[in-house]
Amino acid sequence: MVLVYSDDKKLTLELLNKASELGKELHKKVIAVTIGHEEYATEYIECGADLVIVAETSQHQFKVEEYTSILENIMKEYQSEIALIGSNKNGKELAARLAARLNAGCVMDCTKVYIQDKKLTTERIVYSGNAIAVEQFLSPPQIVTIPSKVFDPLPKNPHHKGEIVKKKFDGEHSPLKILNIQDMKSEGVNVEDAQIIVSCGRGFKKKEDIRLVSELADILKGRTVGCSRPIAADLKWLSEDHWIGLSGHKVKPKLYIACGISGQIQHIAGMRDSGVIVAINKDPEALIFKSADYGIVGDLYEILPKLTNAIKGKIG
Amino acid sequence: MNIIVCAKQVVDVAEIKVDSSTKKPILAGVPQKISDMDKNALEEAIKIKEKHGGKITVITVGSPDAKERMKELLAMGADEGVLIPTPEHADYHVIAHLLAGAIKKKGTYDMILCGEASIDMFSGQMGPRIAGLLNIPQITYAQTLTVEKNKVTSERNLGEKTVTVESPFPVLITMTKESNQPRLPSLMAILASSSKPIHDWSVDSVLTEVLIPKIKTIDIKGIPMQRKNIIYQDDLDQSIGKLIDELTKVGVLR
Repeated sequence: MVLVYSDDKKLTLELLNKASELGKELHKKVIAVTIGHEEYATEYIECGADLVIVAETSQHQFKVEEYTSILENIMKEYQSEIALIGSNKNGKELAARLAARLNAGCVMDCTKVYIQDKKLTTERIVYSGNAIAVEQFLSPPQIVTIPSKVFDPLPKNPHHKGEIVKKKFDGEHSPLKILNIQDMKSEGVNVEDAQIIVSCGRGFKKKEDIRLVSELADILKGRTVGCSRPIAADLKWLSEDHWIGLSGHKVKPKLYIACGISGQIQHIAGMRDSGVIVAINKDPEALIFKSADYGIVGDLYEILPKLTNAIKGKIG
Repeated sequence: MNIIVCAKQVVDVAEIKVDSSTKKPILAGVPQKISDMDKNALEEAIKIKEKHGGKITVITVGSPDAKERMKELLAMGADEGVLIPTPEHADYHVIAHLLAGAIKKKGTYDMILCGEASIDMFSGQMGPRIAGLLNIPQITYAQTLTVEKNKVTSERNLGEKTVTVESPFPVLITMTKESNQPRLPSLMAILASSSKPIHDWSVDSVLTEVLIPKIKTIDIKGIPMQRKNIIYQDDLDQSIGKLIDELTKVGVLR
């Protein structure tokens, strides 16, 4: 069996595509697990699941100890050899704990998953974006986590047949108490879906100057502002939903304009799949130029207003 | 408060150069250091010890030269170190069993602190794996810790959400890079730390059975980056004009 789980429905649908492909190749059935969300079951079947297990539990908030124990039970009962788990923060801590409980191998954040020499093989980015590690599982169970947008969901097929099984779990009880859940200050930006992104980095002297980037972004369709780590994580000039990089968001817009960003490999790892990359930096030696299609060397305080005006003239 | 900190010696990823023809990283000769977030974990442990007293033990699985780096952790404020050699064949499964085995051998502990991930591989597996093997609760991505007599409260950074949780002891916690600023040891502290012990524990002394890895790395590939690298650095107005022409030509300005 190839098992799929994420607490994110969209991500589950994406993983089902890969699971169906592996299932076909290995002649295994595909199981999707949902904890508490019976209403997702039909869609999971239409997108490739042969069996949906609806885990019924009194615990509706994600608690890793309890969710791990549910998945541990399911994997043992159904003898799942492969588990694909959505690589968000909940999924990653769950996958690693589950791997320990099952004495299983686990590879995180895979961007490719395939069978080579009859072995499950994965690829992921390591060394801070400098290389790709190709790893192979030597024995089951095998746990792989996959980030969002690596695969597209299969188109819904209303003729695909599957079974829904409801199961009650009163497994492990977590001694952890959740006291509060607070949404982070967010500006409602979705950089991952943006077609055009204008990004800012340490080249900006103060918070107010970021308007130079927003003005350019406003002229361009997409209107999305991104930033590198220091702007979101250290200076907090922008909320973390703008943050592009290895630990931030990974983006692939048609056009990416990096302003005052030095081009640390961690940032490149978040935007290297962009269509066209433009860099503006005053340092001709800045690393960002190596990763750019076009670059202008100069003072962004001079360049950005001029560029914004010129583009306004061109596309209105 | 007995605190165990797990620390890993890694290559300094900021110093990695890429071979221009194969695009593969050149790892030989890259300086080694203790992974950044493991230092955040130790810093947090020291702060807790300063307030509540106790003992801090740093455990590392690594090569013999990791001892040099561990001395830095003792100078920061850890009380003792334990170094276990890396077995010839090892993966996360094997290393997690070694660390959990060493923690069990150590005996009593209230908290185990780890970095949220190591800077070289950035998997973040080790903390949750150790918690899973010891069957204790885990708090990952901790931004803050408030320790009281019988419990710890923590704000966890989950990106779009902050989740505040409370746990009894023992508990395993992984710290983020933003959680604190690891201290630089003073010269006095460095000199004083020379008397602190680093114990060598063999693999056999912490494991009862021989463990076989579940995963094998078959290749470390380079990442191809093919970009046009057209850089304008003369007259600004001309540069902007040329850039807009190019962007229009490739069809991204419409």
